Amino acid sequence: MTRSVWISLVVLIAVALAAPLIGSSHIELRRALAGASPDHEILFYARLPRVLLALLAGAALSLTGVLFQCLLRDPLAEPYTLGISSGGSVGAVIGICFGLPFIGLLSLAGAGTALLIVLWIAFEGRRLSSFTLLLAGVTMNSILLAIVLFLHNLASFSQSFAITRWLMGGLDSVEYSTLAWLAAGVIPVCLLVIARSRQWNLLAVGEEWASSRGLSTTTYTVLGYIAGSFLTGIVTSLTGPIGFVGLIVPHALRLKLGADHRMLMPCSFLLGAAFLAVCDTLSRTVIAPTEIPVGVVTALAGGPFFIWLLRSKRRSLWL
Amino acid sequence: MSFRAANLSFAYGLRGATFELPPSGFVTIAGPNGAGKSTLLGILAGLRHPYFGECQYRGIEIRRWRRRDFARQVAFLPQSMKLEFPFTAEQVVFMGRAPYADGWFESQQDHDAVARAMTTTDTLAFATRDFRSLSGGEKQRIILASALAQEPETLLLDEPTTFLDLKHQLAMYKLLSALAKKMLIVAVTHDLNLALRFSDRVIVMEDGRIAAQGPPGEALAPNVIDRVFGVHPELRDGWLVYDA
Repeated sequence: MTRSVWISLVVLIAVALAAPLIGSSHIELRRALAGASPDHEILFYARLPRVLLALLAGAALSLTGVLFQCLLRDPLAEPYTLGISSGGSVGAVIGICFGLPFIGLLSLAGAGTALLIVLWIAFEGRRLSSFTLLLAGVTMNSILLAIVLFLHNLASFSQSFAITRWLMGGLDSVEYSTLAWLAAGVIPVCLLVIARSRQWNLLAVGEEWASSRGLSTTTYTVLGYIAGSFLTGIVTSLTGPIGFVGLIVPHALRLKLGADHRMLMPCSFLLGAAFLAVCDTLSRTVIAPTEIPVGVVTALAGGPFFIWLLRSKRRSLWL
Repeated sequence: MSFRAANLSFAYGLRGATFELPPSGFVTIAGPNGAGKSTLLGILAGLRHPYFGECQYRGIEIRRWRRRDFARQVAFLPQSMKLEFPFTAEQVVFMGRAPYADGWFESQQDHDAVARAMTTTDTLAFATRDFRSLSGGEKQRIILASALAQEPETLLLDEPTTFLDLKHQLAMYKLLSALAKKMLIVAVTHDLNLALRFSDRVIVMEDGRIAAQGPPGEALAPNVIDRVFGVHPELRDGWLVYDA
């Protein structure tokens, strides 16, 4: 049972070591480590921060995908279902339109506001209705995207370009200090979520099922949504919305490993990181020196793979 | 004494029920649609709150029980279960061990309890199959096994035979009445004949109130059924036959 986790870890380490060495310009590892220019700068200031960002984002998004699918009991749920990232987009677009600083923080604030509104709608007394939450999330998504379109429409030409780039989602080199903040937020929360895998198993079946087996369902559900939204919000504040990772990685792994979150969650965390780092490497190299937005790669590379998986495993799916 | 309720009411479906249940035996709850059977069962399972009046299990108000301790005493079986994810039958049964879990992996006691529950329900043959691929009868037995893995003193069942064919209905009731020798079984049912034949005690509900309770022969006497259900039954060879 733990073998899958070890294999995932080995894959992750291999990807993390290989990805920074691959790119549009050839570098020599010996020269880079010795501090020789430009190999040193390319490896440590262009590629490595970007690969680390991809790893953290991929891990957080695919783990959040598993969590939201479980809490909403909806296989089609993904990190963006509740409107968190649309809230983040509104924050970022407002920042771009009004020329404000700290676009990332504005995005985070937007994501948090969206979560609060959606939770407020879905609470009925002291109970949280997952069904209302799902509908509220879908509706909030539409409203927030309409606001984004409205602001986009009013924006100047250069602002419009910046907005489009943001909405496409993408990985850029970031400061190591930013990465350290991101890691300090993402990794502990992910570990806390993974540590509760047995409880998520119960909630994946249903709230009455979990409650009659001794779980405080409302507490776990609310904490789960907050954790997942935090991960989504903090990642999208740096990368914009990157689609598909939170949907495809959990489902591919569920086909292979089954539904037990004790395997699904650690493997999604590790392989989600590897998946996004591989997609990012492709986006940097396939038509270099031009880059493809990483969201395009996750969909174009991941989509067909997933369809193949669906067809070859159809009999075990029972959908 | 297991459950004791006095003037128990709920926002909907239940108005002033008073009853006491023994620590073991087979109790069925019967009544027309909307009479409050499932609401009552839900309150007993600790799943419907807030309730009004008194409802105690072993002398402690149900709302005061710690959920985890309560789950070691009382198990609840839903009418059916729809799974979105590929859990195996055995994984579903293992979830019954959640009230005892303290750690990442299952203990040896967990494995023993699951093996016993799956032997009792005769489900070992399809332990590793995807739950969603099982037939209605197999699913129901797995859900029962999961509840038995909780090693409860009391088992609450909401219409356990709804999706079962005749043979499996009978098998389920035989199994429940065998279990009822050592524990309390409370089942909501629409099948008055099965209630009459297998249960030790029947609660008949009508419009949120208890219309009759007692041994099946009394609580399900033809005149009671006539009044509560609006059909005219006759007792032939110990079986109820209805004349609409």
